[in-house]
Amino acid sequence: MKDRSITAVGTHMQSYYGRPVIKEPVWQPEIPFYFFVGGLAGASSVLHVGARLAGNERLARTSLFVGAAADLASPALLISDLGRPERFLNMFRVFKVTSPMSVGSWVLLLSGGASSTAAALELLGRMPRVKAAAEVVAGFFGPPLATYTGTLLADTAVPVWHEGRHELPWLFGASASASAGAAAALFTDVGSAGPARRLALAGAAGELGLMEAMKRRLGFVGEVYDQGVAGKLARASTLCTAAGSALLATGGRRSRAAAVAGGALVLAGGLALRWSVFRAGFQSARDPRYTVIPQRERKAARRGEPRPASGSS
Amino acid sequence: MSDFATLSDITGEPDGWPETYGEDAKPRMGFFTDTSICIGCKACEVACKEWNVVPEDGLVWTGDSYDNTSTLGANTWRHVAFVEQRKPLREDDRDDAIRWLMSSDVCKHCTHAACLDVCPTGALFRTEYGTVVVQEDVCNGCGYCVPACPFGVLDKRHLPRTEPSPDLLPIFGRKEDGRVWKCTLCYDRLKGGHEPACARACPTASIQFGEVDELRERADRRLEKLQAQGWNGAQLYGRDPDDGVGGFGAFFLLLDEPERYSLPPDPVVTTKFLPAMWRNTALAAAGVVAGGLLAFIGGRS
Repeated sequence: MKDRSITAVGTHMQSYYGRPVIKEPVWQPEIPFYFFVGGLAGASSVLHVGARLAGNERLARTSLFVGAAADLASPALLISDLGRPERFLNMFRVFKVTSPMSVGSWVLLLSGGASSTAAALELLGRMPRVKAAAEVVAGFFGPPLATYTGTLLADTAVPVWHEGRHELPWLFGASASASAGAAAALFTDVGSAGPARRLALAGAAGELGLMEAMKRRLGFVGEVYDQGVAGKLARASTLCTAAGSALLATGGRRSRAAAVAGGALVLAGGLALRWSVFRAGFQSARDPRYTVIPQRERKAARRGEPRPASGSS
Repeated sequence: MSDFATLSDITGEPDGWPETYGEDAKPRMGFFTDTSICIGCKACEVACKEWNVVPEDGLVWTGDSYDNTSTLGANTWRHVAFVEQRKPLREDDRDDAIRWLMSSDVCKHCTHAACLDVCPTGALFRTEYGTVVVQEDVCNGCGYCVPACPFGVLDKRHLPRTEPSPDLLPIFGRKEDGRVWKCTLCYDRLKGGHEPACARACPTASIQFGEVDELRERADRRLEKLQAQGWNGAQLYGRDPDDGVGGFGAFFLLLDEPERYSLPPDPVVTTKFLPAMWRNTALAAAGVVAGGLLAFIGGRS
């Protein structure tokens, strides 16, 4: 998976032997998988509350179990990524609003704790009031679980993440909604899965549109989404999401096979999207142009100098 | 709201410091690294490694001038950069000369430190001297500070562990150190009333240690002198409390643009925009709620 391509360093930009200015992240493959399952868990708890309110019990049960399973996978992935896994409890030494990872750890603790409690009680068929309370707590903390990961990435010095801060939480939120809808459509009979299909379609549309909007705002830094592994993953994501949505929209109402295939494709698209954003961060950190050129332009603009030629190589 | 560094409150003083230390607060200490008199001897690199017991992480010949440590990281807390170039020595010279620039880089101990802000465990903290230090008995190796630092100072140590893995939950055991390490501005030496090892070892006083306020005055005088002599490219880097990180505790006098030394030209603490980013995150979460509930309205099935 390691991308070894090296982008040429622009001759108009001075660098130190072409070396990166910032460090590449040290996060392991667990992290993009977590972004995917954490989002799936968060948006599933909303779908669950909606289905309960609408009296759609089949859909409610599916989304509850999907969400709880994803919520249980999340901490395992996060702990496995740590350099000192035995110290994972240190995440709960403090609550720091300046650290999206600290806030996110607490959100995951509450959301995951609540959704797995609700799922367990649903299976056991006991303590309906506690279960209802747990469902509400999961429904409240699920949405921020789906969106905070975008801000976690944006709150770094990695150019393609930091400059994408306006879109990333929305992009991850939309993709999480698409995943929750798709997963529910996958496991529910077509008659009960209507709202799940609509959520998958709306989320997928948001995902495709927001990715495009983010690339436009990023300017030349956004070119990493067209290059290397991040580019391949971005194209795979678009293809899977678009094809899956088309299947869900055309055949999903009548055919279970179409719903399963469409749902799986939308899920694959969401996973590829997280991987693309993840790899794009590494690619933009590795090349000093992406760090230096925007900063030079900012500095020049502040001094009232004309814009230097950017991105030239 | 000192938990936030917002556009308006990026100031010359670290958040919460020195008030939280009360009577134990000390003047803010730092480095002024004057690269115009650096001779590239790397005594700072060696002294730092020896005093702080920073492990050896492989010996390589890079071919990049005399620089074989390449970059700051978990196992390199002082790094001497070597730049060979053809440029006029003085601003009014017409002919290029061969310049060999050397600069000893180090953690900047930012006034507003992104690494400290994003650390979820509180392992990174601000000392009574206003410096930024990792507590190695608290760090759990989450790695968030690594891409958060605008200078690429921190990194995870991938060398083998020096202490045995814990017996508790052996499945969580790892063979590598896995924590994040960086310059402590020799916190232990400061506590004992000594200057940091690198400054002590520097034979030309290129690395000057002292109170940050006093160092800034010294740097201003030095820059004036170099400019009066017409030195090409002389500039202070990180001295200004109005910059994107509120000024560095360890700042520099450079002889070329920062990026020539692998330094970012206009660093900004990433948490500068965090209040707006949190509002955006909450709005996006509301969007997820709206989407999830609207899916149940107006459908045919």
